[in-house]
Amino acid sequence: MTLRDTINRLLGLQRASATTARERLQLVLAHDRSDLNPELLEQMRREILEVVSRYVEIDLDEVDVSLETEDRVTALVANLPIRRAKAVAQPGVKTSLSLGVKAAGLAKAEPADRQKPEAVSGADSQSAGAQAAESQQPGPQEAQADTAGETANLEGSQSLT
Amino acid sequence: MTPHRTRNILICSGKGGVGKTTLTANLGIALARQGVRTAVLDADFGLRNLDLLLGLENRIVFTAQEVLAGSCRLEQALVKHKQEPNLALLPAGNPRMLEWLKPEDMQAIVGMLGPNFDVVLIDCPAGIEDGFKNAVSAAQEAIVITTPEVSAVRDADRVIGLLNIHGIKPIQLVLNRVRPKMMANQEMLSVNDVTDILALPLLGLVVEDEQVIVSTNRGEPLTLSGSGSPAAQAYINVARRLRGEDVPLPDPAKMGRGLRAKLGRLMKTKIF
Repeated sequence: MTLRDTINRLLGLQRASATTARERLQLVLAHDRSDLNPELLEQMRREILEVVSRYVEIDLDEVDVSLETEDRVTALVANLPIRRAKAVAQPGVKTSLSLGVKAAGLAKAEPADRQKPEAVSGADSQSAGAQAAESQQPGPQEAQADTAGETANLEGSQSLT
Repeated sequence: MTPHRTRNILICSGKGGVGKTTLTANLGIALARQGVRTAVLDADFGLRNLDLLLGLENRIVFTAQEVLAGSCRLEQALVKHKQEPNLALLPAGNPRMLEWLKPEDMQAIVGMLGPNFDVVLIDCPAGIEDGFKNAVSAAQEAIVITTPEVSAVRDADRVIGLLNIHGIKPIQLVLNRVRPKMMANQEMLSVNDVTDILALPLLGLVVEDEQVIVSTNRGEPLTLSGSGSPAAQAYINVARRLRGEDVPLPDPAKMGRGLRAKLGRLMKTKIF
């Protein structure tokens, strides 16, 4: 480490390169493991939004669809804050719709640290059941029993390569 | 170790140049010195080097290729190590062999070694193409070796995925070329970073050690002359853990005399 690097690090101008390496690796491995290139991911994002938009009005500025990986399990995590339900939706719609797709066959809980964009979507959305949606995110297994239009979960079966 | 069950262990990395062949040679010698009858099989038919690292390059008469073709017996092709008679090398054939070699051929070779050896170490070629597929077909367990670099870890991840598909179990990790000083400065992926990302149990940590280069120059694996250098000790410990011994892993923060000295200095000069 050069003197300049040390000074920059101490001043908080530069992060440790190991941190950068770890983050870059995690991102690239999430894509490698799911065999999805950014283009395919973007296409899937558009199609997911299209389907979801038929039922609820989504806050498009806050939509986040990304791959996350933990313990060799890659999950497609989609956070789709809902503005309001359309006429077809069931009563009791939660504030946010989360969609977890397992890219690996392993049964493993989804990363639990996902934060709901409550501050953004909470104000202008319907509040029924909001508390539950914000406090915990259901994994795919739980979600299958919980399909009343509140939290959509899809389970894929693509294996790791 | 049960006497009549041979462990066929694949040593692979995906990326080239991370230390597969060095690990195979050193682990082979270390196991042999611990009384394990060990065969090392060079599965890299394209670019073979295991003979060179073991210093056996001048003693090769026949190869796996002739054994498979039936033009010589297995015993004729096996090169026994002079100083460590528990270790034998089965050299790979020539690159032309690649064209017709099939997974069944590799299984046949490894199967032939079975009755005479406790452990067969298969030195896998780099990459994930045919050479890898042939090698993996003959193994039941694997050691993945990588270095704390993004490219090596990424390739290791890919290989681990393929090993899982082939039902290889257990898969264990050796982290090579660790530079404790850089890790302490957070200028290198930490041991935890790599084990977390790859989600494999750690079988060994090998520090960057200049003696490795010296030993390859001479064709005498480090483990041949005992545990004089940090890397030699690490390889010996890998062998012991592989045999089921409980050998604690070193703390990278305490590895290397240079680091300790540096840390000592740092402690005195730190101002906040």
